[in-house]
Amino acid sequence: MKSNSEGLIIDGIAAFIDRDNIDTDQIIPTEYLKSIKKFGFEDYLFDGWRYQDDGKLGITKDERIINEEFILNIKPFDAAKILLSRDNFGCGSSREHAVWALRDFGIKAVIASSFGDIFYNNCFKNGVLPIKLDKDEIEMLFKKTKEDILEISIDLQKKQINLSEKVIHFEVDDHLINRIIFDLDDVDITLKEKNKILKFEKERIKNKPWIYTND
Amino acid sequence: MKTLYDKLWEEHHVTRLDTGESLLYIDRHYLHEVTSPQAFEGLSKKNLMPWRLEANIATPDHNVPTTRGSGFNSEQIKDEISKIQVVELDKNCNTFGIKQFDIKSTKQGIVHVIGPELGYTLPGMTIVCGDSHTSTHGALGCLAMGIGTSEVEHVLATQCLKVSKLKNMLVKFEGEPSENVTSKDIVLYFIGLIGTAGGTGYAIEFAGSYIENISIESRMTICNMAIEAGAKVGLIAPDKITLDYVREKSFLDSQTLEKAEDYWLKLKTDEGASFDNEIIIDISKIKPQVTWGTSPEMVVNFDDEIPTSSNSSDNNKKNIELARDYMGIDKATKLSDLVFDKVFIGSCTNSRIEDLRQAAEIIKGRSVADNILEAIVVPGSGQVKEQAENEGLDKVFKEAGFIWRDPGCSMCLGMNPDQLKPYERCASTSNRNFEGRQGYLGRTHLMSPLMAAYTAINGTVGEPS
Ligand code: SF4
Repeated sequence: MKSNSEGLIIDGIAAFIDRDNIDTDQIIPTEYLKSIKKFGFEDYLFDGWRYQDDGKLGITKDERIINEEFILNIKPFDAAKILLSRDNFGCGSSREHAVWALRDFGIKAVIASSFGDIFYNNCFKNGVLPIKLDKDEIEMLFKKTKEDILEISIDLQKKQINLSEKVIHFEVDDHLINRIIFDLDDVDITLKEKNKILKFEKERIKNKPWIYTND
Repeated sequence: MKTLYDKLWEEHHVTRLDTGESLLYIDRHYLHEVTSPQAFEGLSKKNLMPWRLEANIATPDHNVPTTRGSGFNSEQIKDEISKIQVVELDKNCNTFGIKQFDIKSTKQGIVHVIGPELGYTLPGMTIVCGDSHTSTHGALGCLAMGIGTSEVEHVLATQCLKVSKLKNMLVKFEGEPSENVTSKDIVLYFIGLIGTAGGTGYAIEFAGSYIENISIESRMTICNMAIEAGAKVGLIAPDKITLDYVREKSFLDSQTLEKAEDYWLKLKTDEGASFDNEIIIDISKIKPQVTWGTSPEMVVNFDDEIPTSSNSSDNNKKNIELARDYMGIDKATKLSDLVFDKVFIGSCTNSRIEDLRQAAEIIKGRSVADNILEAIVVPGSGQVKEQAENEGLDKVFKEAGFIWRDPGCSMCLGMNPDQLKPYERCASTSNRNFEGRQGYLGRTHLMSPLMAAYTAINGTVGEPS
């Protein structure tokens, strides 16, 4: 098991987008789903909000009309490692490209009051930590963003967010967060159970033959 | 006492891992060109082959042009990048030996439309696909859910999904629908009621007298949009209607089928089983529903005022203002005041034969309003298209001024050339009205095929007449 010690603490500036229901079509629009690669999505994160023109796969940030008012185009948020939002972040389409775009941009954690189920799962497979907090805590963090640049330190093992004057604990299943901490691969883990799967399958084929008949 | 979801879960439960998650055995895996290339690449890198080849069925749908005509092949796709993706699916299916209904096949179509209609979706199965609308298949009593690309790779490699159990929600629709109210209106109303995060973490079982009386196609529309209510899984217990549907589509021999049917009819929630959440909705008072904003929960009666931010909570205020702004609604307006530019009848929500029949019924003998620049019908599959043409529906649409297309996802997400131009307003039978979903700066209003047909003729969301 590879221990990824750098992954234990996420330190950085938090960018924030104050709206509910940010769907994966906003995180990365359809056009960029045409890529058959798993990397290289950094310039397309929040494409519709980040630029004032329509992009195409392959185009880079430098060729675009920048929306100067969008948070990820404003210094120092253009180097944010943490993203703060509201309710139901990552709802909608199952596209893992949404997480790849966040990851490629450099976002290591997203803090919101709730997440779309599929997006939430996809995060842990790509080293991005989704953190669910209560709505009051989210409100408190948004208040802070109005006062000053929000710098946060997230301790993955202790499951806590350290603010300058305060600590917030968060809940996340160990098996999920361990995937990020130890950089685990799901296929490897599951294939250790190969014999159990084979046995199960054999039984099932016997009892439910219709499932295994194709035309 | 167990729920239907509990039973399907247990039936497919292989083992519990040390981590606390479970391995769930997957009976059927659907693939399309957008979310699979990286998964196949991962499989190759690990030197693995698909665990059980026959479990997999593939088709290209998102990128395919809908003006293909017969004899068209992948290499003829004009958009170079779309072409790469479709050709890549051809290659991967050939390399690994996966059955594909490719772009040339008369059975190609939107993956969630072809699965059930070709008899690959059967009650009691676990079904996954790298696509959130996999919940559609739950209409036949399956445990079906959308997964990400890493999970597509995992299922190819292991035939299992690593998951934790969801909570149970029961939604009962009781009563008789009013005229012009379809299952699309019912599900939109439901999403408006519980919100797009209302079903997060749940498997929703839909039941009640309304569900018991509607067709499998109507049930699919409801389960399809369970994901818009936040739920990965939507499901409906198999009944006689399900069995009739399956018998008609199935390639199984009658002996196997009979054996299966006995079992399928037992798949239901036990009397007295408890749910974590139960909602009963009287559907008799529901009117046709149309979305006004940029989230499916922003929905109202077709003849209502569009909400303003003045009487809502602070955070909601902001959501409403952003949505009104994006949708180009400046003054307090009724939905019926909005003038439309395009009409799209299609998508895995509403592109099956029943949907096309309903729309054609309205359109027959009338013509598309002058302000509608383009009205297109995109059948969900080659088979739906053929059936519609046999019934003469294509003629009805064409005579009214609609364009009749070849099957695919089309303007549901505009990955192919079917897109809205900036600021165009579209009456769409699809499932997502997110910003830019149908094209950069495009404005989407979700509605039923019936209401889309009326809108095509009136040019506005008018009173059905
Ligand atoms: S029709 Fe739309 S929602 Fe359905 S699978 Fe295609 S893109 Fe997704």
